[in-house]
Amino acid sequence: MISLELTEELKQSRTNMHNLARDLFRPIARKYDIEEHTYPKELDILRPPKPKKDSSEAEKKPVEVKEVKKDKKPAGPKYDNLIGVLSVEELCWGDLGLMLTFPGMGLGNAAISAVGTPEQKIKFGSRWAAMAITEPEAGSDSAAVQTTAVLDGDEWVINGEKIFVTSADRSEIVVVWANIEPSAGKAGIKSFIVEKGTPGFKLEHLEHKLGIRASDTGTFVLKDCRVPRENLLGSAEVKKKQSFAGVMQTFDNTRPTVAAMALGVARAAMEFTKEKIEESGMQLDYANSGYNMSSIHKEFYRMESNLEAMRLLIWQAASMADAGIRNSLQASMCKAKAGKAGTEIVQKCCEILGPLGYTYKNLAEKWMRDVKITDIFEGTGQIQHLIVARQLMKLSSKDLK
Amino acid sequence: MFSLEMSKEQKMIKDEVAKLVKNIVTENAADMEEKREIPPDAVQKAWELGASVSMVPEKMGGFGLEDSPITTAIILEELAYGDLSFAVLATLPSLIISPLINMGTESQKSKYLPLFCEEKFNPCTLAINEPHFGFEPENLKTVVEEKNGSYQLNGSKCFVPMAAQASHILVAASLEGTGNLFIIAKDNPGMKISELEENTGLRSLPTYEITFENCEIPFEDRLGETSGCDYEMFLQKTRIGMSAIGTGVSRASFEFAMNYSKDRQQFGEPIVHRQSVAFMIAEMGYEVEAMRLMTWKAASRLEAGKDAKREAYLAKLYAGEQTMKVVDYGVQLLGGHGYTKEYPVERYYRNGRGIGIIEGLATV
Ligand SMILES: Cc1cc2nc3c(=O)[nH]c(=O)nc-3n(C[C@H](O)[C@H](O)[C@H](O)COP(=O)(O)OP(=O)(O)OC[C@H]3O[C@@H](n4cnc5c(N)ncnc54)[C@H](O)[C@@H]3O)c2cc1C
Repeated sequence: MISLELTEELKQSRTNMHNLARDLFRPIARKYDIEEHTYPKELDILRPPKPKKDSSEAEKKPVEVKEVKKDKKPAGPKYDNLIGVLSVEELCWGDLGLMLTFPGMGLGNAAISAVGTPEQKIKFGSRWAAMAITEPEAGSDSAAVQTTAVLDGDEWVINGEKIFVTSADRSEIVVVWANIEPSAGKAGIKSFIVEKGTPGFKLEHLEHKLGIRASDTGTFVLKDCRVPRENLLGSAEVKKKQSFAGVMQTFDNTRPTVAAMALGVARAAMEFTKEKIEESGMQLDYANSGYNMSSIHKEFYRMESNLEAMRLLIWQAASMADAGIRNSLQASMCKAKAGKAGTEIVQKCCEILGPLGYTYKNLAEKWMRDVKITDIFEGTGQIQHLIVARQLMKLSSKDLK
Repeated sequence: MFSLEMSKEQKMIKDEVAKLVKNIVTENAADMEEKREIPPDAVQKAWELGASVSMVPEKMGGFGLEDSPITTAIILEELAYGDLSFAVLATLPSLIISPLINMGTESQKSKYLPLFCEEKFNPCTLAINEPHFGFEPENLKTVVEEKNGSYQLNGSKCFVPMAAQASHILVAASLEGTGNLFIIAKDNPGMKISELEENTGLRSLPTYEITFENCEIPFEDRLGETSGCDYEMFLQKTRIGMSAIGTGVSRASFEFAMNYSKDRQQFGEPIVHRQSVAFMIAEMGYEVEAMRLMTWKAASRLEAGKDAKREAYLAKLYAGEQTMKVVDYGVQLLGGHGYTKEYPVERYYRNGRGIGIIEGLATV
């Protein structure tokens, strides 16, 4: 049955995240916008407790216990993805940059839990993992990565350069995309876990950015960097058809998350703008059709309807994932919409705010800089539109370039 | 609960309506416009699905089923996907039945509902739009005053579907500054119905202007009688109805333009191989989804017994704007061919303009 009402449980988890965002993120948002590259030590309280080193059994046990419990549970609806996007919206309402540097929650962690073997999950799952796909010559065309990995005995030898890696400095491990068989093209692309401190693995520099300055973004150079054979994520087999699609499928789940980032920032900007509108004596009551309202009112309603559209497209993609339904199309739809509408909303809020939308005295101008990234990373707006169009019309990437 | 999956019953109803639309509307929509008439037997077939009367108690001629705004929204989208005029006509009685059920007194219900719930389609209708600049449904210029033991209505209405054929018209008018609804029988001498209107869209649906001059209405025909009605709730439901039919019109334009663009060859390949074409289609695709989700969200609040003022308002606003964008893209993607009557996109363009401008063509 269709119902778009959130359960009490969902609302509660949203409230919890909201409080965290309000109490932990908001107060330090400006500080780390100014102090770019300084690690926000206030976030240390979010670090997952380290597993004890001495007992490897203690690590395994909880996993087993969990699985037993799972079997006994009645099969009620599952809301993992929905909870995920609700949480991200709240956290990014607090601060997008800080959310991106949430300790232990890197994009690499998503990849490990999606395609890692059970052993890899146990060994690396609890360590902060960055994701390194992008290269100077491979941005939107992620299949063009030139970094190579060659098996030498029991080790992979990796060579290449990775740019724009989120949490490059603060992560403990990095999931690096490299080609093990360049002649096979994109089918040869695999991902490898590279630990910090591995000889030949160097953090070359950190970027200075337009926004999300609380999040560190950096370049790695890999020069004859050797990692153990078992650090290859998933299977080493080069399958012509399947492989790359499998790698990309990880992103079906992360695109709604990035869309939710845009939603959170845009909502923050709208709430602030609404506050100022109402302080000035204008009321927003969802009653008048347009002839008896100012252009500010009208613009605000328009933005709010777009915000709602973004949110529901995101919820749709997440809820399909929870129901086990393939959601590649909806995941790209929500990111295409949210990246564009979210960016436009915050820009417009700053316009309505006038001088208040340009000063460091509040966060609006920062949100305008921050939100822009959501239309760029994890597939630009144009790339999302390409994916949507291809999926709607069953076109190949050769047909529609 | 949160779920976007239709129940088995909703799927069945949707398929049923889709079948009906495909068989009797899709191919004939242009012809119906030309003749300015929707064949009565087509309307009768839609009527027999029973959507408009399902929640009317059995003793008053309905099925006594639970009122589901979401199911109604699904039906409306599907009907409007076939043709906007058809969607409005086929569900026209619900515009009076739904307010009666929700806000009528017991005596009003037992007096009127059986008349509107007969096996044969009875074209009762709603008059809310007004033919002047600055029309807003919440600020009506049609005014009712108490005079000499009855109400007196003055003002004018436009876009009233089937006004000349209807046995009863529910009229929205302002009484002491607040919105109210009044039931007026066809033979009321204070009411003058114009010739058939000429409008840009909705052309197979006969619509009329009505003028009221000291039109007398007995006290007992004010909906809710002395306590009046929840006019705001009435607007919530019609706004959701409007966004449901907007979704349907948009989807029709989107799908037609998409299929056309896949076939149409220029410069040696399908035009859709160009990004500027493909991206428009992508945008149409997700805006249709967004319109539907916003409709459902608002309907879902009503279904949960909650107020949907904000959600209904935003859904209608969004559907009004996005429908126009989508139907515009629809014509653009067919180029000059889209500008001719050879293809339906020009009709969607004309009909689509109505979603943002007109109120109360449908209700959930
Ligand atoms: C702050 C930040 C953090 C990031 N974090 C990570 C990370 O953690 N890991 C990682 O691997 N990467 C990361 N990235 C990289 C990001 O994913 C890429 O920047 C992005 O995918 C775009 O690639 P590009 O910058 O090379 O742009 P390009 O691919 O060069 O694109 C330039 C422009 O051309 C357009 N374009 C490109 N191809 C097409 C096409 N076929 N059709 C239409 N338009 C096209 C694009 O949309 C864009 O507008 C990050 C980037 C930033 C800025």
